[in-house]
Amino acid sequence: MSDKFTKSMARNIFIGGSLFFFLLFVGLTFDTMGSLPKRDHRENITPQVANGKMLWEENNCIGCHTLLGEGAYFAPELGNVYTRFGQNKEVIKAFIASRPVEGIPGRRSMPQFNLDDQQLDDLAEFLKWTSEIDTNNWPPNVQG
Amino acid sequence: MKYESQGVAKLYFIAALALFTAQIIFGLIMAFQYVVGDFLFPEIPFNVARMVHTNTLIVWLLFGFMGAAYYLVPEESERELHSPMLAKLLFWVFLVAAGLTVAGYLLVPYSTLAELTMNDLLPTMGREFLEQPTITKLGIVVVALGFLFNIGMTILSGRKTVINIVLLTGLLGLAVFFLFSFYNPANLVLDKYWWWWTVHLWVEGVWELILGSILAFVLIKTTGVDREVIEKWLYIIIAMALITGIIGTGHHYYWIGTPEYWQLLGSVFSALEPIPFFMMTVFAFNMVNQRRKDHPNKAAVLWALGCAVMAFLGAGVWGFLHTLAPVNYYTHGTQITAAHGHMAFYGAYAMIVLAMISYSMPFMTHGKPANSNKAQVVEMWGFWLMTISIVFITLFLTGAGILQVWLQRMGDNPQSFMSAQDSVAVFYWLRFAAGWFFLGGLVVYLYSFFVGGEPQEESA
Ligand code: HEM
Ligand code: HEM
Ligand SMILES: [Fe+2]
Repeated sequence: MSDKFTKSMARNIFIGGSLFFFLLFVGLTFDTMGSLPKRDHRENITPQVANGKMLWEENNCIGCHTLLGEGAYFAPELGNVYTRFGQNKEVIKAFIASRPVEGIPGRRSMPQFNLDDQQLDDLAEFLKWTSEIDTNNWPPNVQG
Repeated sequence: MKYESQGVAKLYFIAALALFTAQIIFGLIMAFQYVVGDFLFPEIPFNVARMVHTNTLIVWLLFGFMGAAYYLVPEESERELHSPMLAKLLFWVFLVAAGLTVAGYLLVPYSTLAELTMNDLLPTMGREFLEQPTITKLGIVVVALGFLFNIGMTILSGRKTVINIVLLTGLLGLAVFFLFSFYNPANLVLDKYWWWWTVHLWVEGVWELILGSILAFVLIKTTGVDREVIEKWLYIIIAMALITGIIGTGHHYYWIGTPEYWQLLGSVFSALEPIPFFMMTVFAFNMVNQRRKDHPNKAAVLWALGCAVMAFLGAGVWGFLHTLAPVNYYTHGTQITAAHGHMAFYGAYAMIVLAMISYSMPFMTHGKPANSNKAQVVEMWGFWLMTISIVFITLFLTGAGILQVWLQRMGDNPQSFMSAQDSVAVFYWLRFAAGWFFLGGLVVYLYSFFVGGEPQEESA
C-alpha cells in the first residue's frame, strides 16, 4: 500500500467506521423493535405458547429441525407445520405422541419424548403461534 | 520462545486438538445417520451428536484462541504473562466444564439435563450452538473474564502493538457478544433477533479481529516483513470487516418476522463482506512474496496461506452465493447453508488456530523454530488431506442443496422434505466418504507431532 496512506489513517477508518455502523445498527434495531409487535402478534403469546417454547428448547427440537429456516437440516421445517398439517393441532399432537421408542428401522427417526397431553397441547400452541408470524412470505411453499 | 510463560499455550493447544478429534468423530456419526437414519438410535439421536459436534467445535476454537493469545501476547508485549498460574487454573476449569457438559449431552436425555441444571431459573438452553446448560454458560463467562484480565494486564503493562491491541479488542468483543446468549425471551422473533448478536457478530464481526491479528503475527514472524506495513494492512482489513459485517447481520433478518427493509440492507452490506476476506488473501500472499527471510517452518506458512485462501472461499464465495435476499428466499435453511458453514468455519477459524499451533509448537517442544523436515512433510500431508476433504464435503453438500431447493421449493409439484432427502441421498453417501478422508487427514496431522527427527535452525 502507498506511503501516503498512513497507519494512523487506517486506524481512524477502523475506529470511525465501526463506531458509525454499530450506532446505525443500534438505531435500526430500535426501529425494528418498534415495528415488531404488528408482525409477531405478541398479544397471542399466552402462558401456553410460552411454555410450548420452553418445551421446544428443553427437548432440543432445533437439533434436528429448522424453525423459520434456522436450526438443523435433518428433519422438516416446523415454522409452517401447523399449515402443512391442515391447521389442526390434534394432528401435530398425535404425530409427536406416536413416535416409536426404538425408531423406524433404517429411517431417520424422531425420539419418543414422553410428553403428557398438556405438554403436547402447549407445544402445538407454540407451533401454531409461530406459523402466524409475518415472515415476508417465507417459506416458498407448504413443504417448507 | 522468548518468554517462559508463553509455554502455557501448549496445554490449550493439546486440549483443542483432542476436542477437534471428538468433533470429527461425531461429524462422521451424523453423516452416517444422514443415510442410515436409525444408526445408534435411540442411544445417540442425531440432535445429540450434532450438539457434541458443534459445541466441541466452538470450545476447541476458544481453547485455540486462548492458547494463541497466551503465546502471542507476551511476545508482543515483551514481558512475561501477568499470571501463568491463573492461565493454568482457568485451563483446568474450562476443560472440566467442557467435559462435564459433553458427558451430560451423551449420558442423559437433554430434558433431564435441563432439569438437573435448573434451566427454568434462567432458561438459555435448547437454541442452536447455545445448547450448553446455563451454568456452563456462566462458567464460560468466568473463564473469559479471568483470561481477559490476565492478557489485559500483560498488554497494559508491556509494549502495546497494533497486533496485541486488535487481538484484545476482538477477544473483548467475543466476551461481550456472548452475553446476549443469556437473553431468551418467550417471543421467538425477539429470541432469534438477539441470538444473531452472538452468532453473526462473532463469526462475521469480532472473530475476524482475532483472525486478522493472529494471521498478522504469524506473517511477521515467518516473513520478516516490516511491522509498519503489516499493521496498516491489519487495520484496513478489520475496518472493512466491521463496516460491512455489522449491518451485514441483516442477511439473517429476511424471514424471521423482522421488517422487509432488512432484505435491502442485509443484501447490500453482506454482499460486501467478502472484501475483507479477499484482502486477507492478497495480504498473506503479498507478505510471503516480499519476505525478507526464508523461515524454516514451511508448514506454518502453508497453514497461514491456506487459511487466507480457504476463508475467502468458504466465507467470501460460499457466503456470497446465498446472501442476496432473492436467492436466500430459496436456499434459507438447506444443505447450502451447511456447505457454507463447513468451509467457512474450517477455512477461517479452524485453520488460523492450526496455523498458530504449527508456528508455536516447535518452540514449545524443543525450542527451535521448526520441526524436522520429515515431520513437516507429514504435517503438510495432513493439511492437504483435511483441506481437500473439506472442499469435497462442501461441493457434495452444495450439490445436495441445489437439488433439494429444486425438488422441494420450486415448481408446481414440490416434494415433501423427506422425499427430497431420499432423492439426494447419493450426495450424502459421497459426503460420508469424504468425511473419512478428513478423519484420515486429521490422524496424519496428529501423527506429525510424534515423527521427531532433528529440529531445524533459523536459516540466514
Ligand atoms: C468428517 C468431517 C465432517 C462431517 C462428516 C460433518 C458432518 C456434519 C453434519 C452431518 C452436520 C449437521 C448438518 C445438519 O444440521 O443437518 C454438521 C454441522 C456442522 N458442522 Fe460438521 N462435519 C464435519 C467436519 C466439520 C468441520 C471440520 C467443521 C468446522 C471446522 C464443521 C462445522 C460444522 C458446523 C459449523 C455445523 C453447523 C452447520 C449449520 O448450522 O449450518 N464440521 N456437520
Ligand atoms: C468466517 C466467517 C463465516 C462463518 C464461520 C460463517 C458460518 C455460518 C454458519 C455456521 C451459518 C449457519 C447458521 C445457522 O445454523 O443458522 C451461516 C449462515 C449464513 N452465512 Fe455465514 N459464515 C461466515 C461468513 C459469511 C459471509 C462473509 C457471508 C456473506 C457474504 C455469509 C452468509 C451467510 C448467510 C446468508 C447465511 C444464512 C443461510 C441461511 O439462510 O440458511 N457468511 N454462516
Ligand atoms: Fe451471518
